[in-house]
Amino acid sequence: MLKFILKRLGLALLVALTVSFISFTLLFLSGDPAASLAGESATDQDVAAIRELYGFDRPMLVQYSSWLMDALRGDFGESYYFKLPVASLLAERLQVTMLLGLCGISFALLTAVPLGVLAAIRPNSIIDRFALFLSVAGQALPSFWFGLILIVAFSIKLQWLPASGTATWKHFIMPTVVLGYYAMPAIMRLTRGGMLEVLSSDYIRTARAKGASEGRVMFKHALRNAIIPVVSLAAVQMGFMLGGSIVVESIFALHGAGYLAWESISRNDLPTVQALILVFSMFYIVFTFLADVLNAWLDPRMRTG
Amino acid sequence: MTMTNLDQTVDPLLQEIVGPTPGQRLRGRVFGHMGLLIGVGVLGVLLFIAIFAPLLAPHDPYAQALMSRMKPPVFLGGTWEHPLGTDHLGRDYLSRLIYGARVSLMIGVIAATISGVIGTAMGVAAGYFGGRVDTVVTFLINVRLAMPVVLVALAVVAVMGGSLQVVIVVLGLLLWDRFAVVMRASTLQVRRRDYVTAARAIGASTPRIIWSEIMPNIANNLIVVVTLEMAHAILLEAVLSFLGLGVQPPTPSWGLMVSEGKNMMLFEPWLVMIPGAVLFVLVLAINLMGDGLRDVTAPEDRS
Amino acid sequence: MTDKPILTVENLTIDIPTGTGTLHAVRGIGFDLKPGETLGIVGESGSGKSLTSLALMGLLGRSIKTRATTMEFDGVDLLSASARAMRKLRGARMAMIFQEPMTSLNPAYTIGDQLMEAMTLHGNASKADARKRAIDLLQKVGITSAESRMTQYPHQLSGGLRQRVMIAMALMCGPDLIIADEPTTALDVTIQAQILRLLVDLQKEFGMAMILITHDLGVVARVADKVAVMYAGELVETGPTQAIFDAPSHPYTRGLLRCIPLPGKTERGTELGTIPGIVPSLVGDVSGCAFRTRCAHATPACRDAIPVHTAPGVRHSFRCISPTGFAEADDTPQSVEASV
Repeated sequence: MLKFILKRLGLALLVALTVSFISFTLLFLSGDPAASLAGESATDQDVAAIRELYGFDRPMLVQYSSWLMDALRGDFGESYYFKLPVASLLAERLQVTMLLGLCGISFALLTAVPLGVLAAIRPNSIIDRFALFLSVAGQALPSFWFGLILIVAFSIKLQWLPASGTATWKHFIMPTVVLGYYAMPAIMRLTRGGMLEVLSSDYIRTARAKGASEGRVMFKHALRNAIIPVVSLAAVQMGFMLGGSIVVESIFALHGAGYLAWESISRNDLPTVQALILVFSMFYIVFTFLADVLNAWLDPRMRTG
Repeated sequence: MTMTNLDQTVDPLLQEIVGPTPGQRLRGRVFGHMGLLIGVGVLGVLLFIAIFAPLLAPHDPYAQALMSRMKPPVFLGGTWEHPLGTDHLGRDYLSRLIYGARVSLMIGVIAATISGVIGTAMGVAAGYFGGRVDTVVTFLINVRLAMPVVLVALAVVAVMGGSLQVVIVVLGLLLWDRFAVVMRASTLQVRRRDYVTAARAIGASTPRIIWSEIMPNIANNLIVVVTLEMAHAILLEAVLSFLGLGVQPPTPSWGLMVSEGKNMMLFEPWLVMIPGAVLFVLVLAINLMGDGLRDVTAPEDRS
Repeated sequence: MTDKPILTVENLTIDIPTGTGTLHAVRGIGFDLKPGETLGIVGESGSGKSLTSLALMGLLGRSIKTRATTMEFDGVDLLSASARAMRKLRGARMAMIFQEPMTSLNPAYTIGDQLMEAMTLHGNASKADARKRAIDLLQKVGITSAESRMTQYPHQLSGGLRQRVMIAMALMCGPDLIIADEPTTALDVTIQAQILRLLVDLQKEFGMAMILITHDLGVVARVADKVAVMYAGELVETGPTQAIFDAPSHPYTRGLLRCIPLPGKTERGTELGTIPGIVPSLVGDVSGCAFRTRCAHATPACRDAIPVHTAPGVRHSFRCISPTGFAEADDTPQSVEASV
């Protein structure tokens, strides 16, 4: 188990390093930050001065390694637009995004897992068909459009929920739904498939032969085994979700990291964008790493093997 | 006596053997699959509209008419002059929607082709050669999955300038992960089958084995992923354009139309509803087709 | 041993709906069992023997139709009993051991958890009692260092050990009836005999009735008091073990007996027989003798209703159009050749 964790951790670090390098290179290659920083009316001398001031004239690898070294110390440079350290900007904005991500994944799990279980208990029943419909439709629903529909329905027409901001828990309801529904189809399908497979296994028959009630068979014996792959998926989805928070936060004007990313990209605020890409990647890497460890711990065959 | 008994035994067996041919069975499944039929039907109609957009559109999608801005659609009291109304610049909404189908489908097809070529090459190489190649490809897949797609696409498109070509290429270069994952797994499965071993035994070259023994047997999985990634690319383009960092105005992109309509949403919600609904229908149709293809081809694969 | 049967089954029929029609998997079988008795149900795969045992336990899926004139366990009608009543019987008074020890234990829980669950489920034992009983039984089924096995997971045990655990689990509540469905089939040959011996010893010790389902007549000859031979969903012959092995009456039973060497019966050097042909489809209308497609003596009359012949005195009966089951014809070696 320890060996597995160490090996997995090594892989995570290597992935993180590669991601940071690729995203740095991408942005390095795709434009001249000095020119955009100097603005439309700047002269060539201005641009050159800025290039020297920020060290953009150095070779890419040198710039990358100095950026990485700083990043490892928690220094992501200064935001071009806010004129504040990117690190403190992130620390502030990430709170909203983390909260939103947690709400989103909880919403997805709390709806998709029970639906998947019900669908598996009665394959081809009305519930199963409803779940299938929901998963097919859910995958096709553009999140930004879904968010706007909710605003039209619940904020404009019914006036039940506020359309933007983060002041109260009510502000989080629609963003949670919009962020969470995207993960539902995959989680539902995996739960349903896993339950169907487990329910036809021999040990479920053994549990019934012992005289276990259907509820006990479903939850203690079947779900416990079927849920293991769902844990991994939820972690992956959580990682994707934080990436997707950019859409949700821009629709509902939640001032989180996603919103910051949108603003910063629009304003060519390179240090902030680079830091955000790295941070979102790190979230994904950490979540999948934790999920793999949790998985190994949940599955006795891996824990004791 | 024994003879007649034998016949009785063989009879039910014969019926099993002289059943429908695989082709007939496949056709039976295709026509029995509602989702697939609906998906293919809707997609066919949208494809037709996209191809014949200049003939079908009642107006020029770029022509502004500032005197007739935000005319409501027919079902909200508008006129047949503009069946789906006009936008904030007085452009005919129906015509923009029709041309928007071109944008979406073009992005879906080309981006899925680019990512398909990259992902399939990586996946097949990893699955066929295994060992180090597999380790490297798996690692690259991990790296790619760790990068937040929307964010990276937005940033790169923003820096390079939001033209249709840039959006297509960026999406194509980003969305190869599922191709690689699925093609790798499929190749691993096929590689161990007897006919591949047999081809190797008679001395067929590696490219030949991959092209004529492996590829035909993983093609059905490939088609399914192509459809799903087409849908994915179309949705992502809409997201980028909605955020104002994808295809730039005045190109009639559905995502952009939603974004433009957003400001008038309070009074004219249909400006947002119509393009979003069309986008939803297109992606749903592609997904239904992909799911249907998977269902229809899967049993053949198992036997 | 009382004379009152603990289990009575009459005219049990099991129908399974399939895409192409109803599969008549079990048709009108019956048997009974007294406390402490062992019934061996013999038949090849697909003969309906496992379905019968699952029907007794009430473990068949809801789409499967089970009917019977009588299906009673100790005065409880198993067909009309509520789900709750069946749950109370299962595990507590009727226990079952399955064929696949490798997959019959839940991979997510320890051996101890799963053993104790069998007892605590039925509500009358504390955890401590259940634990004590589980360790006792693990020792009884021949597992050394039982205490430490309690905290192990199924994947850490060999197939033989897992089957011993399954047996211990079945015994947790001290059942009156134990159904063992091919309990040794999936195990190594060397382990098979040990497990079988163990099962028989425990049955004697606990005074349980046992239904042993197997395709192995040799096993039945050693442990069963009486035998029921099933073929394609029908009971073709039933009776005391001794009587059946001495005078097998149905052509199928004789065919089966020719397929195995029996100590004291099979002479050295004789070739073992085979039964040619395949089992008929049971989908749709099934009438007459199901064995007629493989029987060397089949006549057109075999398609009609088949009478049951019962030997006087002993409760030995078989279904065949011939009152002798064509025994005289089979005794001549030529006909054996002809049927091969």
